[in-house]
Amino acid sequence: MTTATAPTAGAVAPRQHAPVRRPSMLRLTVVELRKLVDTRAGRWLLITIGLVAAVIVTLQLIYAKDVEQTFVNFFVPSLLPVGVLLPVLGILSITSEWSQRTALTTYALVPRRERVVAAKLIAVMLTALASVLASLAVAAVGTLVASATGGAGTWGMDASLIVNAVILQVTSVLMGAAFGLLLLNPPLAIVGYLLLPTLWGVLGEMVRPLRGPSEWLDTSKTMEPLFSSDAVTGEQWGRMAVSLLVWMVLPLAAGLVRTLRREVS
Amino acid sequence: MITVENLTKRYGPHPAVDDVSFQCEPGTVTGFLGPNGAGKSTTMRMICGLTAPTAGRATVSGRAYRELPNPGREVGVLLDASAQHAGRTGREALTLSAYTMGLDRREVAAKLDLVGLNAVAAKRRVRAYSLGMRQRLGLAHALLGNPRVLILDEPANGLDPEGIFWMRGLLRDFADRGGTVLLSSHLLREVEAVADRLVVIGGGRIVAQGNKNELLAGDGTVVRARDGAALRRALEAAGLSAADSSEGLLVQADAEAVGQAAADAGVALAELRPAGGGGLEQLFLTLTAGESTKEAVR
Repeated sequence: MTTATAPTAGAVAPRQHAPVRRPSMLRLTVVELRKLVDTRAGRWLLITIGLVAAVIVTLQLIYAKDVEQTFVNFFVPSLLPVGVLLPVLGILSITSEWSQRTALTTYALVPRRERVVAAKLIAVMLTALASVLASLAVAAVGTLVASATGGAGTWGMDASLIVNAVILQVTSVLMGAAFGLLLLNPPLAIVGYLLLPTLWGVLGEMVRPLRGPSEWLDTSKTMEPLFSSDAVTGEQWGRMAVSLLVWMVLPLAAGLVRTLRREVS
Repeated sequence: MITVENLTKRYGPHPAVDDVSFQCEPGTVTGFLGPNGAGKSTTMRMICGLTAPTAGRATVSGRAYRELPNPGREVGVLLDASAQHAGRTGREALTLSAYTMGLDRREVAAKLDLVGLNAVAAKRRVRAYSLGMRQRLGLAHALLGNPRVLILDEPANGLDPEGIFWMRGLLRDFADRGGTVLLSSHLLREVEAVADRLVVIGGGRIVAQGNKNELLAGDGTVVRARDGAALRRALEAAGLSAADSSEGLLVQADAEAVGQAAADAGVALAELRPAGGGGLEQLFLTLTAGESTKEAVR
């Protein structure tokens, strides 16, 4: 072989290289985090999530009574709209690989698909954690503004509320990711995620025999205690666990199996 | 080195790929030929672990693709140039893969440069790329990890003639330096210029494979002279059998022997050339005709 002669051609010359290691989970997670922000759509989704929290706080500064302008009252209401958008992020992170057909590249570089899925789940969970920090930050700004403009501006809050917020947002984003894994199609997964639990909630209200089970299976009901400052009881944790088993763990497991087996083309 | 052993893929009762075996050696370019829907892409996806085979196995550098620790550093894969996120820039698409493989950032710029995507093109989103540009980006992606094996599905698709010529040079050079190349095409003439070996597939089955020269030659030499009778006598005198054909006399010997026989007899030739791969071309045309009818009906 005449490797050393032509410098331009050398760029494509196959080399004998040292045994290469497989990419670490950290590396794969960084890649997945980068994928969340390197397209216009992804960036805007994240910006929207931040803006929504800011808008909620601003509205309260304008319309809420002065005594209600406290840190807790700024923080808690911002969780709900963010919690609606986070699952969309989870869904898109998983399904865009298929809708944009990048799965062909992704899984050719990392044929152990479960590692890519794990990296994606870690990446969206980190984003959920960041969203809680963002909610705390805008609530803090709101509280500062409130105390300057005659609002209560009190800071007191149970630490348990932060833990609850983390649980709420992380489970939201994971539920979205689970639906994405299971359905592997963005519109289908988004509609499915938004519609199914709501439909279940409506049915639970309308059909009397379903009212009992819906206390345990309707996530909008079982997750409600997380928003309150009162301690969550054992039974409430139990209901939450059952509803998450059905809406998060089962779709995650079934979706993982489907993703691992699916033909990439 | 790519080894494919008895690969089979069935979708329901319909076999898309049926008992396909072949080998691609280092230092060679293997042309994987077949009409659309013959099973080329399915075979390539099975080699790359993207489609699970119904039966059989494939290895790259001696290991199943899924067992390769960091496949991008061993095999460069281009299966579909359009399979890139439309909203990412060309540079970003390569950067993501370079980081996944643990490569230096400089490789991205080097490979973009190599395939002729300039800084302006690299900053544009893939959505705005022409098919030819996507194909170049796909090649840059395949070459990114400095692999020893290349698996390319219809890489010439969408390239202009200059681009096709450039790509042939690139692949030839890659193989001459000890690399293994498997490239598919539905055009015989397209791979003929660069491939050493040919594997022809039709309806999921291998219909011919072997050394390109063996497959394309063996059909003799076409020779023509103004004085046809004199030429015939000259060939007979040299002990060469000649048959009439529409283009002239078809002789079962190489051009050198035929030319020498004519020169010895003092016959001026009007034409002397190899008869070309009539057999393979005919086979290929039959395959293509049959398959396209099937596709039209489907």
